[in-house]
Amino acid sequence: MTPPAVDEAITRAHREEWARVVATLTRRFGDLGTAEDAAAEAFATAVERWPRDGVPPNPGAWLTTTAARKAIDRLRRESRRDAKHQEARLLFEDDPPTPRGAIDDDRLRLVFTCCHPALSPEARVALTLRMVGGLTVPEIARAFLVQEATMGQRITRAKAKIRAARIPYRLPTAEDLQARLDGVLTVLFLVFNEGYLATGPGTDPIRHDLTAEAIRLTRLVRDLLPGPGGSTAAGEVTGLLALMLLTEARGRARVSAAGELVTLDEQDRGAWDRDLVDEGHRLVRETLAAVAAGGPPPGRYQLLAAINAVHTDARDARDTDWAQVVALYDRLARLDPSPVVALNRAVAVAEVDGPDVALALVDRLPLEAYHAFHATRAELLRRLGRSTEARAAYDRAIELAGNTAEVAYLTRRRGQLGAPEATSGRTT
Amino acid sequence: MPQYLLSVHGPAERTPFGAYASKEDMLEAFAETGAFNDRLVADGSFVFAGGLAEAATATVVDGTGDQPVLTDGPYLEAKEYLGGFWVVEAPDLDVALRLAAEGSRACRGKVEVRPFQTPESVQEMLDS
Repeated sequence: MTPPAVDEAITRAHREEWARVVATLTRRFGDLGTAEDAAAEAFATAVERWPRDGVPPNPGAWLTTTAARKAIDRLRRESRRDAKHQEARLLFEDDPPTPRGAIDDDRLRLVFTCCHPALSPEARVALTLRMVGGLTVPEIARAFLVQEATMGQRITRAKAKIRAARIPYRLPTAEDLQARLDGVLTVLFLVFNEGYLATGPGTDPIRHDLTAEAIRLTRLVRDLLPGPGGSTAAGEVTGLLALMLLTEARGRARVSAAGELVTLDEQDRGAWDRDLVDEGHRLVRETLAAVAAGGPPPGRYQLLAAINAVHTDARDARDTDWAQVVALYDRLARLDPSPVVALNRAVAVAEVDGPDVALALVDRLPLEAYHAFHATRAELLRRLGRSTEARAAYDRAIELAGNTAEVAYLTRRRGQLGAPEATSGRTT
Repeated sequence: MPQYLLSVHGPAERTPFGAYASKEDMLEAFAETGAFNDRLVADGSFVFAGGLAEAATATVVDGTGDQPVLTDGPYLEAKEYLGGFWVVEAPDLDVALRLAAEGSRACRGKVEVRPFQTPESVQEMLDS
């Protein structure tokens, strides 16, 4: 039996030290796969030894040293077959311990390598969760509802490409940093969204393991990112973190006890996580201050965070400053003229200019295959008293929605439409 | 130094000016590609480069049997074919990708970047 304190120490070490160990070893041995295997062996050794020998005073250093030894053992075994090829790597054996700052840089390098644009988006997400997040292949497979073997292959193939194509293990150059960082933030946001809007029948509507992991990794990137706080890059990381926190804060209120989605206007605002809301607001104010101080204009995550700050600022849904929300969406639409942004903007427009104006905007959008498009139309049509059309839109939205809580919500709303047109109380 | 193949893929249907719509376009692309090649030579990344005649001029030879079998035309029917390529030396993929982006802009075609096997990767295959 493992004493709970040791169990907890191992769990904590895994959460806090995994990325550091993988990152340090990747630099020392020049290979992600070697680093990953050695890190996994080191943690397995900790599980075996710590209950017997006690938790070492500096778990991170213990794990890094143990992992490095494992890697060297492995390379020695291999080097019997291939002495010359491995020789160079063994020279690292007596490296002095790396100063803390350099290690932190290693972790950031690891993030950029895992999110390299030459890898497929799926591979970037999987690799980031494995190498930086420390999730196991079965855990990642479960999170994305694919077979374990498929996920294993995806990660193996990505590692093979990094190795064969020589995707470098270093920070992007200053001129590439912004574009590459956007790619990293996209990966983190994908992980968060998969947790927040989990798809698939039989899955929890909110996967807190994924949202928490995305928040943790975003904090890590924010802490590690070099450069002044006023750079566009720093502003967007802060924006993304604020957006995640303000979204996560509403998690508890967002799904009812019956497992049904509760929309923003119907949520019990007292159930929001006040600490997360406060931290999110603080970060939004920080980005606004940086912009006001002559920094670069806000990017998409800062604008999305600001929109969420307006929502979470209102004590009651009726107090929401919708004009401000529309104004922020206007700015977002200029940066990102995508139909999905236009759809979300239209929802806010409905509150300012009425559902008829919003519906005209929505109907123009090429989003036939997107469940939120049909759900939005359904709600607008319902408000306009056009029940038959609303019902058809709910039908389509239910068909396309993958999230169990959303399906439950849409089904109830459709049920409330009541009888067909003639008795619906339409005011014509 | 690792080597990469930068291959340019172009439409199967060619005009009298190869992959280009007009003589003007062709001349511009040639000039820019020439300048790009000069830069590759100057910074030491150039290994080899060449443009290919159209895919319809290809012959497939199957020498795996007793007698070589010849077939007219390219190996695979496709909408796009290899039109030309560079072999460059680059320390890592980021550098190779940057060269590919420049080459793509110069010749006005999409470029595929593919690493060559290295002595190490061949050794690994031998060891496995």
